[in-house]
Amino acid sequence: MSEPAAIAAPAALRGQAEAVAGALPPLLAAAERLAATLVLGAHGRRRPGLGDEFWQYRAAHEGDSLRAIDWRRSGRSDSTFVRQKEWQAAQSVLFWIDRAQSMSFAGAVERTAKADRARVLGLAVAILLNRGGERIGLLEDPEPPRHGAAQLMRLAEALAAADGAEYGTPPECAMPPGARAVLISDFLGPWEPVLAVLAHAADRGAKGALVQVLDPAEEAFPYRGRTLFRSMGGGVSHETLKADRLRGPYLARLAERKARLADLAARTGWQYLCHHTGEAAQPALLWLYRALEESF
Amino acid sequence: MGGLGSIAFATPWLLWALAALPVLWWLLRAVPPAPLRRRFPAVTLLLGLKDDESETDRTPWWLLLLRCLAVAALILGLAGPVLNPRAAVDGRGPLLVLMDASWASAQDWAARLARLEALLDEAGRAGRPVALAALSDLPAGGPAFQSAEAWRSRLAGIVPAPWEPAPEDALGWLEAGQDVRHETVWFSDGLERPGRAALHAALAARGPLTVIESGVPRLALLPPVAEAGRLLLRAQRAPGGGAQEFALVARGPDPNGVERELARAALVFGAGESAAEAALDLPLELRNRIQRFEIVGQRSAGAVSLADDALRRRKVALLAGHDAGEAGELLSPLHYLRQALAPAAELVEGPFGDLMLAAPDVLILADVAQLAPDEARRVEDWVRSGGLLLRFAGPRLAASELSRVAEDVLMPVRLRAGGRDVGGAMSWGAPRRLAPFAAGSVFAGLDIPEEVTITSQVLAQPDPALADRVEAALADGTPLVTAKTLGEGRLVLFHVTANADWSNLPLSGLFVRMLERLAVAARAAGAGEEALAGVTWTPESVLDGFGAAMEPGNLPGVPGARLAAGRPAPDLRPGIYAAGPRLVAVNVAGSETVLAAPDWPAGTALEGLALAERRDLAGPLLVLALGLLLADALATLALGGRLRGARVAVVAAGLVLAAGAAPQAVRADDARAIAATRETVLAYVRTGDPALDRISEAGLRGLSRVLRLRTSVEPAEPMGVDIETDELAFFPFLYWPVTETQRPPGEAAYERLNRYLRGGGMILFDTRDADIGRFGGGTPLGRAFRRLAAPLAIPPLEPVPPDHVLTRTFYLLQDFPGRHNAPDVWVEAAPPGAVQAEGMPFRTLNDGVTPVVIGGNDWAAAWAIDANGQPLLPVGRGFGGERQREMAFRFGVNLVMHVLTGNYKSDQVHVPALLERLGQ
Repeated sequence: MSEPAAIAAPAALRGQAEAVAGALPPLLAAAERLAATLVLGAHGRRRPGLGDEFWQYRAAHEGDSLRAIDWRRSGRSDSTFVRQKEWQAAQSVLFWIDRAQSMSFAGAVERTAKADRARVLGLAVAILLNRGGERIGLLEDPEPPRHGAAQLMRLAEALAAADGAEYGTPPECAMPPGARAVLISDFLGPWEPVLAVLAHAADRGAKGALVQVLDPAEEAFPYRGRTLFRSMGGGVSHETLKADRLRGPYLARLAERKARLADLAARTGWQYLCHHTGEAAQPALLWLYRALEESF
Repeated sequence: MGGLGSIAFATPWLLWALAALPVLWWLLRAVPPAPLRRRFPAVTLLLGLKDDESETDRTPWWLLLLRCLAVAALILGLAGPVLNPRAAVDGRGPLLVLMDASWASAQDWAARLARLEALLDEAGRAGRPVALAALSDLPAGGPAFQSAEAWRSRLAGIVPAPWEPAPEDALGWLEAGQDVRHETVWFSDGLERPGRAALHAALAARGPLTVIESGVPRLALLPPVAEAGRLLLRAQRAPGGGAQEFALVARGPDPNGVERELARAALVFGAGESAAEAALDLPLELRNRIQRFEIVGQRSAGAVSLADDALRRRKVALLAGHDAGEAGELLSPLHYLRQALAPAAELVEGPFGDLMLAAPDVLILADVAQLAPDEARRVEDWVRSGGLLLRFAGPRLAASELSRVAEDVLMPVRLRAGGRDVGGAMSWGAPRRLAPFAAGSVFAGLDIPEEVTITSQVLAQPDPALADRVEAALADGTPLVTAKTLGEGRLVLFHVTANADWSNLPLSGLFVRMLERLAVAARAAGAGEEALAGVTWTPESVLDGFGAAMEPGNLPGVPGARLAAGRPAPDLRPGIYAAGPRLVAVNVAGSETVLAAPDWPAGTALEGLALAERRDLAGPLLVLALGLLLADALATLALGGRLRGARVAVVAAGLVLAAGAAPQAVRADDARAIAATRETVLAYVRTGDPALDRISEAGLRGLSRVLRLRTSVEPAEPMGVDIETDELAFFPFLYWPVTETQRPPGEAAYERLNRYLRGGGMILFDTRDADIGRFGGGTPLGRAFRRLAAPLAIPPLEPVPPDHVLTRTFYLLQDFPGRHNAPDVWVEAAPPGAVQAEGMPFRTLNDGVTPVVIGGNDWAAAWAIDANGQPLLPVGRGFGGERQREMAFRFGVNLVMHVLTGNYKSDQVHVPALLERLGQ
């Protein structure tokens, strides 16, 4: 779709559009279905401010305009009260969902690929946030985060496109101060970009959640015999003669990677979750939503 | 063929390939198993990890061993190994194979043939000419050397002969052939015979000689000897065996003519003994039926002894016309007969009635002129069924009118009145002598003693038939003994008395021998030449070398002299020979037979018959190689982590379960048939829709319950039938709910359905759609029904007429509701000529049961009850609905009654009219 030649040819454009649209509705529908399991209202700021919802009555003091006095409440007592509403403010939530080749791994035929799970999870949170009135956007997208169904469509469209890289690295983009971010990846790639992005986010006061999506096969390492392990793109490979002998060291390294992620998240005030594609997506969605809510 | 002990190889040079095995070992060791390629994103975490064992680089030693073994088995298999290769009879040049081929070889004939075949194979491979001859049946001319292949095709024609070979004849036969040196293989039957040594010497002079003998025991069963009422049977064997026991059986026809074992005894040879004896003590009836004795398990003519007259003791009934009373024993007409017959026959005397009850073989009437008409008829019947009636003349016969004008049926000739005396005190002439017996007479060949003279006799009336009936005559030509055949039996008349009154014949030995010839008395064993000579004996049945009886076919008769000489040969086959009423057995072993093992000269090459079976090992070795390679493949997969054991187990378990399920189905089928036929069972067609089938079953259960409560029909639990597979004939009634989803049955199922309908079954088709469409309308179910029923033999239909028998088989009904209440219920149409009879409320419609009832009222749903007897589905509304359900049940009752009683109810309406008519 990005090719000018393709745009010029209506038939080709239509074909590509169909292809993209073919992927979109299932993704959106899956995300919608997942999001529908959570019924949550717009989240308040837990303090008085501009908003629709009632927050508290407080005694009027000087400086309050007369229009602010709630006469019905004041009429029931001698002093005058002011009706305060909860401050409701839209937040910007930026997503980075890893779509590199490593995410397309599925350890068994019946399991979903990591990328699919990551997309559905990310988009479901986006839908929920959109419903809550927040602004959503992609971390790598130069456009500012927006609110609305159109933005959701743009998000879904962008997510449907795969990334050609072997391992995903979070883009080093400037985060708006105080923004929220959700990074979903397997975090099996280079460590430094992750460190850099989180350091940058900490600098800008941005908080968020790290979701590490792993396949159960990656957790269990159920391989035996002489095996040539290759990355999904084939760029990295490692040959072993006895795969079962490598299980111990591998699991140790995986645990270390997870510990580093958790440690990094704790130090920067982020939340960290390791999610497996073998499990249901809903608990992860609930956790993610709670994590974002807490950080508001 | 290169050989290694008992294993030889067809292509031994291929074994050099075994030397390459170490190279293979090295190669295989150098190449580790191919790695499994696996995509794995977390490979980044693996980078830098080291394998702790460097040994696994190599193929494991046991896998190497497996592969080397497989290759070794392959090489060995391709080299063509043969276990127990036939050792070739060494040498080149012609090969003469001599076979004794006697009865003694019959026992192990198959082994001999196999060995012979092997020998021919070897000779054929070596390209040696072969001559083959059986000593018992030497071909004309000398040994004819031909190719082994030519002999192979003739192997089946070589059978053991039931006589002894003649080694002495073989000498001349050898001389007749070309004078060439040849190797000889002699299949000996293991018995010593004269001339054997000479033949051995002659053969040894012509070239190397190998004798092949087997260790199978050779038995000869000697002819039975009757002694003191018992039968003694002796068997011979070649001396020097260990203790052995054989069973001896006597076979013969039972009273129904079926051959079976009549008696059994044990023949026990002690260690080192060459003879064994068994005694049989049998009732006479049983003993006379014996046809052959044989040693069980011996397939040889030598182990069979045929029974003949010598064994039989006839039952002879004696009846005299008058009793000599006190006149003296010697004057008794029966005295000489008793004396002559007592040693060789059972004698019965007494009143006539008792004699016939004893069922004698021979009835002798001495000077009995007249029998009562009833007695005469009994005797005639008895003779016609095979009895021998022997009459003697005497004063009474001479004086009577018997057979005087017309030939009496119990007399062979007519008699002239009076008779004659010759050489008596009152007559001229000398007493007459007997003329020599004519050639065709039963007495032919008997010597006539000089002193036998006849003084009186009754005379036969000259008749055209007389000449044929004379068996013996006096020197002047007057008949002395006449005979005729009556039915299956014979009548013989001696024209003299049975005592010495009229002649001294009864005093002579000739009298006894004449009785023997007439088969009145059993022949004494070894009676010798005289008893047999003079007559040509025709074979009745002959033995082959294996001891089996054969039809003689067109074998020629044998002169008595040859028969008396014994010693079976090609011109005298062992068997049963008959001349007139007499039977003589020729057995392989005579009473003097003694078996001896041959004494081969020192230095004779003796071989056993047993030959280790030649076995080609190439096949098993190649299979082994294949199996090893398969194991290697599995092991390699397992090593590489690519083997999924679970799937293999599931497939195997599935196979085992499938194998186990089949027999149970058959048993269940029987149980089902019994359940369906023990009581009346209503049945429904299973449509494949579980919900509908449940309703059908519940409906029929409800109907069965109503029938049980209200009528004398007491059906058992209803059954579902699968019209494709189940037998329908058990069920009088089928309920068939129509569904759109049911697939039409197959051809065979339609055929059975049509047979069921023709055989009186009824099918109730229910389209269950009367609420939405009329019958024949285009409802989906109606269309489905039409599709289903098109191939069925359904007669023309009409809506149930108001006077149909279905409306009154039990209840009087006019509509037939189910859950729906549509009037359209169709049955077989009434014949066109049906008219209402005078005074009848209804027409006489079709005589039988309508084969189909078709409607759409969803009856089963109205009938359906649950386990508690409560209706399963609602019908209509409130009381009216219950009423409709009741009517539905009534329709069901009427329907089943119609099925079970046919037009009985229709005929019942005539009963009042009949009663009324009877009353008048």
